[in-house]
Amino acid sequence: MSDESQIVLPDDPSFGGEVQVDYPGYRSTRLRAPNRQLVTLPESFHSLDGPVYGEDALDELDHDLTRHGDGEPLGERIIVTGRVLDEDGKPVRNALVEVWQANAGGRYRHVVDQHPAPLDPNFGGAGRCLTDDDGNYRFVTIKPGSYPWGNHENAWRPAHIHFSLFGRAFTQRLVTQMYFPGDPLMEYDPIIHAVRDPKARELLISSFDLATTQPEWALGYRWDIVLGSGRGATPMENPS
Amino acid sequence: MTLPRTPSQTVGPYYAIGLARRPQNELADPHDPASVRVIGQLMDGAGMPVNDGMIEFWQPVDRRWGRCGTDADGRFSFVLTKSSATPGEAPRADVYVFARGLLRHQLTRMYFPDEVDANAADPVLSALPEEDRATLVAEEEDGALRFDIHLQGDRQTVFFAV
Repeated sequence: MSDESQIVLPDDPSFGGEVQVDYPGYRSTRLRAPNRQLVTLPESFHSLDGPVYGEDALDELDHDLTRHGDGEPLGERIIVTGRVLDEDGKPVRNALVEVWQANAGGRYRHVVDQHPAPLDPNFGGAGRCLTDDDGNYRFVTIKPGSYPWGNHENAWRPAHIHFSLFGRAFTQRLVTQMYFPGDPLMEYDPIIHAVRDPKARELLISSFDLATTQPEWALGYRWDIVLGSGRGATPMENPS
Repeated sequence: MTLPRTPSQTVGPYYAIGLARRPQNELADPHDPASVRVIGQLMDGAGMPVNDGMIEFWQPVDRRWGRCGTDADGRFSFVLTKSSATPGEAPRADVYVFARGLLRHQLTRMYFPDEVDANAADPVLSALPEEDRATLVAEEEDGALRFDIHLQGDRQTVFFAV
């Protein structure tokens, strides 16, 4: 990328909680971000229920990413937990939460990832769970490593875990990324900075939590996730 | 009390680890004579295939859902039956698009080409200019339905605010 000054643009709270879909510092947006105005749908659309997952039963160990090899994966064992809420603060029950991540060395178990860091035979990097009656989810995993990604000179992603969520309502769908507190790479990362409002960026960063930390076993991180209410859209446009 | 929503981030290039561990692209039994195959291609603003996108087809009225990653040529496919329609609306599938480079997923709709009258009366479809309307109606092709999605450019598919 020729213009390094575009990688992290100044904060702009006017974006609120919305990510800037055509953020210039993230190179892959250039041919992929839609550039025409979004069309508004009738109000009734937003209350449509989400799908049913009954036939897609989860396994007991799906929430534990450390238990799928012959031994323990390398890295710092962590517990990642939090609540899934709607905008009114109500728990979203039975939400399907799916996660995927790099291993401790910053390598994904994916054919496209050619970063010269080792794969871990004991780590696949995927998990899923359903939220309980209070909206709680919980994963056991290892802290993912940072990795280079070629977006610009010396580009490294801050450590992150990818999250995909299905709420109750069709419009509560969310795919996002959870970051770790104090990671110095966040300051240089165009993907998190595509969220232009610094207060909204903070919503993507988990907190270290001593109460979640289990003695002699694993560090604990808490991260709450807020989905839309399912009542109706805040009118939002793709920048043109 | 209104809590601020958690912002969206891109699904990235490695979503298949978590979201495409097994095929989930059949919303209906492929042996059901009422089922139809939907094939399509996800294209970027330069008209090149997007080979690391993910498409979700939803039929919320029937509470059916499926997803499919795009292949090396940007292609995806689904099996579905025509959904029930809310009175006054044409049958359709709601379609979410995810990809590396898409910081937020995009919502579009696929309507059925044989529902000419219902499509003409559909409040959302009929409110669009004709050339935009065409981006949302699948085409019959060799016994299947073809539904291509263009993320950007002159042929951009209509996307909806969620």
